[in-house]
Amino acid sequence: MKKLNPVPKIKNFATEQSIRLSEKTMVETENVNTFLLGIGELSLFIRQIFKETFSRRFEFKEFLRQCYEIGNKSLPLIAVTGAIMGIVFTIQSRPSLAKFGAESMLPSMVAISIIREIGPIITALICAGKVGSGMGAELGSMKVTEQIDAMEVSATNPMKYLVVTRVIAATLMLPILVLFSDAFGIFGSWIGANMKGDVHIVLYFFQAFGAIEFMDFFPALIKTFFFGAVIGVVGCYKGYTAGRGTESVGIAANSAVVISSLMVIIVDMIAVQITDMLQ
Amino acid sequence: MMNLQTDSRENVSVVKTPLEPMIEINNLRKSFGAQEVLKSVSLKLYNGENLVVLGKSGSGKSVLIKCIVGLLNFDGGTINVLGNEVGSLNIKQLDELRMKVGFLFQSSALYDSMTVKQNLEFPLKRIRREMKEKEINEKIQEVLENVGLASALNKMPSQLSGGMRKRISLARTIIVDPLIVLYDEPTTGLDPVTSDEISALINEVQKKYKTSSIIITHDIECARATANRLLMLKDGEVYLEGKIEEFNKSTDPLIKSFFK
Repeated sequence: MKKLNPVPKIKNFATEQSIRLSEKTMVETENVNTFLLGIGELSLFIRQIFKETFSRRFEFKEFLRQCYEIGNKSLPLIAVTGAIMGIVFTIQSRPSLAKFGAESMLPSMVAISIIREIGPIITALICAGKVGSGMGAELGSMKVTEQIDAMEVSATNPMKYLVVTRVIAATLMLPILVLFSDAFGIFGSWIGANMKGDVHIVLYFFQAFGAIEFMDFFPALIKTFFFGAVIGVVGCYKGYTAGRGTESVGIAANSAVVISSLMVIIVDMIAVQITDMLQ
Repeated sequence: MMNLQTDSRENVSVVKTPLEPMIEINNLRKSFGAQEVLKSVSLKLYNGENLVVLGKSGSGKSVLIKCIVGLLNFDGGTINVLGNEVGSLNIKQLDELRMKVGFLFQSSALYDSMTVKQNLEFPLKRIRREMKEKEINEKIQEVLENVGLASALNKMPSQLSGGMRKRISLARTIIVDPLIVLYDEPTTGLDPVTSDEISALINEVQKKYKTSSIIITHDIECARATANRLLMLKDGEVYLEGKIEEFNKSTDPLIKSFFK
């Protein structure tokens, strides 16, 4: 019986594998390329925002309208969420503190947690969903229906009118919303504490705020400006660069929420590290 | 009911003076990636005329007029609008040029979040900054009456029909008294009666505001009603240019397919 030569088979196998590998490499390279291009485009977009922010003729009326849209219209949602967050957090924490006989620490512990972390992050994530998706969808549909082009031929800079106003409004409104969220959170915490006890509101707030120091409040407030900026920039970028079809409006809104939520968490992580280094 | 004159093109005496090009395009080229949309397009738009640009979908008609107002950058050739080379203008100069060129978008492009009045105020407050509130209101009333929609002042775009949106969009275009108006598919998506009304309105605007226009369309009835001169694009190049009679008489299969 003739013995089969294995060399051609091995050669074929090696060729197939190298073709497959090169194809996979090409796909991966393309993905990396797209990602890097995206980063580059976003950087140019941010640079443009800075440039337009400090150039003449600020669209003040539109800025005020955006502050109203972002701030005032988000307030009921933020207030309800903040209060519920305070109630739940208090109810969940109470048994653990009771085990150690530290039930009296409840107001200060809840207040510090809410002010330092829970208030800012929950508010930012809610705004990423509400405001970020709104910006992505609104600007995306304006792009699809040629409203942005119409603005441009009306000798109006759409970047200045639509993007700069929204980004600044989001940057300034988010800290205010966080302050409201913190206040409603602590109020909710008092309600939670009163479900199994009887604490006077003044005493509860006195204990809660008595434990809070400058470094609990100030870094937490500063990072919320960055949260707002991230939500505004990502929402506007996704809407402004949306494709031409109606499908791209949905994609813009969806990716605005996903990316801005992720970015908020990343910014939070960096902010916590910096605060930790400063303390 | 709006008061429109539906006179034929022959009755509109607009190209009697020595021919003065408002727009002059030479060898315009524009590609999107590997796809070459405009290969070499040259045309002239003379003072006071309506130039209708015909062509199949995807032949680059809309791209052509978007290049004219600088909404799209072009790859080669020259575009001269009112003596300005569009390719060499900076943003400020381009904005100044855009104040003299009106653009009617295919999708009407009314700002959804604004009322009709706010839509009309928007370009006026930016382009005619010297105007006082009273003058602005009078101008808005005037253009709304001209398009037959004076009662729509406080309506939102979502409350308007397709034809009404088109008319408001036209009102927004002409409110700044442009010298040139570029119409991108003005009758697309409208019923025949409304299409005829829009075509008549285009003629009315030409007469009243003494505009020169490029009308992008594949609606032959609109072309017949509005054209002083026609130009057909095919595969990114000018296929035929001439008067409506020349197009009507043509034995070319492509032209005949349009002018059945």
